[in-house]
Amino acid sequence: MRWFSNAAISRHENPLGLPTRLKTPSPQSNPNITKGLPLKRAIPNVKKVIAVYSAKGGVGKSTTSVNLATSLAAKGIRTGLLDADLFGPSIPLMMNLVGKEALLTPQNNLQPLVNYGVQTMSMGFLVDENQAVVWRGMMVMKAIQQLLWQVQWSNLDILVIDMPPGTGDTQISILQQVVLDGVVIVSTPQDVALADAKKGITLFSKMSVPILGLVENMSFFTCPNCNHDSHIFSPPGANRVDLLASKLGTNVIARVPLDPLVCEASDAGKLVSSLASPKIGAVYSDLAGVVCEKLGL
Amino acid sequence: MSQTSAAENVILVLSGKGGVGKSTVSTSLSLALALGGGASSNNSNTAVGSRGGAKVGILDIDLTGPSVPRILGVSEHRVHQGSKGWVPVQRTAAVSNAEGVATAATEGSLGCMSIGFLLKDKGDAVIWRGPKKTAMIRQFLQGHYLIIDTPPGTGDEHIALVENLREGWNVTGAVLVTTPQDVSIADVRKELSFCNKVGIKVLGIVENMSGYVCPHCSECTNLFSKGGGEALAKEHNLPFLGYIPIDPSLVSMIESNVPAEGATPGDGNTVGGYVAGFPESGVYEVFQTVTERMIANIHAKGSK
Repeated sequence: MRWFSNAAISRHENPLGLPTRLKTPSPQSNPNITKGLPLKRAIPNVKKVIAVYSAKGGVGKSTTSVNLATSLAAKGIRTGLLDADLFGPSIPLMMNLVGKEALLTPQNNLQPLVNYGVQTMSMGFLVDENQAVVWRGMMVMKAIQQLLWQVQWSNLDILVIDMPPGTGDTQISILQQVVLDGVVIVSTPQDVALADAKKGITLFSKMSVPILGLVENMSFFTCPNCNHDSHIFSPPGANRVDLLASKLGTNVIARVPLDPLVCEASDAGKLVSSLASPKIGAVYSDLAGVVCEKLGL
Repeated sequence: MSQTSAAENVILVLSGKGGVGKSTVSTSLSLALALGGGASSNNSNTAVGSRGGAKVGILDIDLTGPSVPRILGVSEHRVHQGSKGWVPVQRTAAVSNAEGVATAATEGSLGCMSIGFLLKDKGDAVIWRGPKKTAMIRQFLQGHYLIIDTPPGTGDEHIALVENLREGWNVTGAVLVTTPQDVSIADVRKELSFCNKVGIKVLGIVENMSGYVCPHCSECTNLFSKGGGEALAKEHNLPFLGYIPIDPSLVSMIESNVPAEGATPGDGNTVGGYVAGFPESGVYEVFQTVTERMIANIHAKGSK
């Protein structure tokens, strides 16, 4: 199996090891040292681009992205899913595409892999799954650029970008380069996550990206034995996700309960709607509906 | 630049995956060590008595989301600058001897240093690029144990951390935290590869959020699957330190502050709810076992 990153090409200019071409149609090659900020561009062949984000790790961005994307596709929307997490790409596992390798088009762009009606691209298709990506900022930025501009999407209505957590190079690079039509912020109910959610909202607002809404993930758990509701990640008292949403002028557009079947589905690369209760499938379908409405799709 | 002496044991808490509970595990490990957990095993390297607590420092270098101060209940404090650099915020975990009296010999302590102390507003995001982040990672603490809580991934912070530590200190090893499900295990595998690449000894794997016991009927549900961490440890021939269940009272403990001993109500002298509640919590015993096994692995010969 050929792994791009093992190619003997100048790694720093071309971290993904893609074959070089005469003229790379990308923004200034080194945004850090050229004058002024790079110009924001639209991604070719894509009508709308949204990000799914949280500053906090492990709140369910990838789970939300995958289920949102597959729900959109189920509604007949031509959907793409870009996994922008270079260090921990979860999308291949959740989309049942583990071990698959991204191939090149005749124009030397990356060909997305398709499953459940969604065109997908991830670092996971370019690097061996046991291999750690131990890269510094500059290479990370270059790799993100390649993932943003050198993927051959096929006439998408919407591209969902699953962002990695944090407020570092990856996030800055994407925000500075891509025209984003909206962001969905994911959070679990506890303060530790909400504090980070607030940072995320601030970050995207500063960059003039419309906040489509908050998704409250892992909101509560219903015991299958006694039906008792446990708010495992919520402190007692008023719902803090609601409070944060109203404080920041947005609203909660989905509440996803904690269900072990969601985890099971993700691990098996199966659709949540096929394993978990119809209630959860409906939550994601409704979320897709809200996103479509806000974007005018 | 001269450095004060480093801790006897410098332990990184790593995970390739975000949100698995690194900060909670780091804090719990530090508290357990400060309270004397694991002190019953052979630890001739430490200067404390066989039932005493250790002098522990916890360093939180997660620049974008420093959670440790919040968990310890010290996020309102501001760190001040001493002659040798930033002075950590101290929390004392007193251990009572048989008569129920805390003595100097039995008193462990926990010092905390975090980038979170340097942020003026809790809502601020630290939006920095690589080189500036690297320059910030220059904190150090003295003591028997230094636990370093890291952000997830294998990028700038980790490379910088390992390089900076290598300049003067020995990294005793790393504890890897995962949740049981495949999605997390996949990322933690990469972290193992990182440890191998940079030559860090893996002291063991902890499987966090492993099982939730319904407070109503005591039925245990594996919310995030079960056993993945132990299987990973077996696969790579690494020590498995234990399963940590989800403690239903964890969130409410963390988000409350209780009056410190000897404080008058309203004088602002409070202790984080987690610090106060930890010794009586359902996970204290689990962490005692985890620290015992971890310490045993520190002293184990012949491992990589």
